[in-house]
Amino acid sequence: MKRSRWSIPYVVFMAIFVVLPLLLILVYAFQDGNGHFTLSNITRFFSDSDALGTFAVSIEVAIENTLICILLGYPAAWILANKDLNKSAVTIILFIMPMWINALMRTLATAELFNTLGITLGKGTLLFGMVYDYLPFMIYPIYNVLNKMDKSYSEAAQDLGATPWQVFWKVTVPLSMPGVSSGILMVFMPTVSTFAISEFLTNNKIKLFGTIIQENINSSMWNYGAALAFIMLIIIGISTLFTNDDEKEAEGGLI
Amino acid sequence: MKKFLAQAYLWFLLVLLYAPLFFIGIFSFTESRVLGNWTGFSTKLYANLFSGDMQGSSSLISAVENTLLIALISAFVSMVLGTVAAVGIHNLRGRKKQAVSFLNNIPMINPDVITGVSLFLLFVFLHFSQGYLTVILAHISFGTPYVVLSVLPKLRQMNPNIYEAALDLGATPSQALWKVLVPQLRPGMVSGFILAFTMSLDDFAVTFFTRGTIGLDTLSTYIYTDARKGGLTPELRPLMTLIFLIILILLVIINVRQEKMKKSTSK
Repeated sequence: MKRSRWSIPYVVFMAIFVVLPLLLILVYAFQDGNGHFTLSNITRFFSDSDALGTFAVSIEVAIENTLICILLGYPAAWILANKDLNKSAVTIILFIMPMWINALMRTLATAELFNTLGITLGKGTLLFGMVYDYLPFMIYPIYNVLNKMDKSYSEAAQDLGATPWQVFWKVTVPLSMPGVSSGILMVFMPTVSTFAISEFLTNNKIKLFGTIIQENINSSMWNYGAALAFIMLIIIGISTLFTNDDEKEAEGGLI
Repeated sequence: MKKFLAQAYLWFLLVLLYAPLFFIGIFSFTESRVLGNWTGFSTKLYANLFSGDMQGSSSLISAVENTLLIALISAFVSMVLGTVAAVGIHNLRGRKKQAVSFLNNIPMINPDVITGVSLFLLFVFLHFSQGYLTVILAHISFGTPYVVLSVLPKLRQMNPNIYEAALDLGATPSQALWKVLVPQLRPGMVSGFILAFTMSLDDFAVTFFTRGTIGLDTLSTYIYTDARKGGLTPELRPLMTLIFLIILILLVIINVRQEKMKKSTSK
């Protein structure tokens, strides 16, 4: 027996539970309630000021969140990967651990903390909470790439007379870009698509795109909900185009 | 000085990251029904949690049971399916290997909402009534890729001739499987199982869309409903604290295992 056949059960399972469901989003998005082909679900989005507004806010919050995570996370990842500055494996585990705790629980804890401190929930607390939730997802892939980086490159630059500042900007940063773009992928998309989290952090003042999808599906507007999910899939497709194969390595071994 | 600044920065971020968790942890040791109101040290909430003596206790306890049961079953199935798949993928070549690896990456790139909605539509389309089974199937679909990724490196390290040697020396295929292949892959399988298990424990969005309307609650959907009603059930504080601790311990175990594995392979 050829052992490559062992992959068949998994391929069949994935075809039914991953590929077919994604195709169904496409099918439902282009159907009306009676199963006839229509573009009205898509055109409805572009005339639905509520959904368009939420979409714009989601993209804005996601960009801001991603930028803050890079600004805070890159230095942290750099320090963690630098053996002279940090020897402890425990700090690394501490930075990664929040990734494994239910985001909903962390969000509620954060919102309760803001409430107790008397901070009004709104845009500011939303961004703070999002950074809490997603910072580890930015630090980890950057740390991974920096940690595996061949030190001889920066040593060579130093020997050739580069200042530490030049070594950092001309060697370390460019070589760590796969980690950064992997981090962007792991922060940007999930921020756009979260539901529930933004409501808890803003006391229902700000909704993100994931919530609109959820509301439509839950009120049995499957076709419109699927159309919104389809729009989201297109954005995912576009953002994965900007990434290359190297990042999969950064994401692999996600522990 | 530089080292001091670097460490100070790391700890500043860690304090920020952990402040909400510490906040919940500290207030799990007081009786007050309102969070943030300290009414003296007490372990009453822990006692309530374990004795089940509280408001809405039966639904909270069954939510915890459901969460664990779903995580155990789906992680186990993921482990078996993913290990078999990894052996297959390892023996594939060229385009086929690329295609299956790509397939394996889809669930990891997909945002939860998309996974949830797409599976919801699948079950609607197939007229499959939603409940335990659909939640478990959904969790298997996003857990298995992590098992595949944990087992593949073990296969690459393994000498491919050992399995054939066992067959040549007269082992039956099933003996060769259980006595040669499985022991070699076991560390990867265990890591994959733990990963799939924590992914399942963590999940909210996918469960939310695939649990149907039979009133099935896991811990995260319970917390969601509870928080929307306004204010968390106080007993959730000790429960969340315990979960944070359990996850921390699991992570330390995985990391220690990985360090050991690295050392044993570098020898």
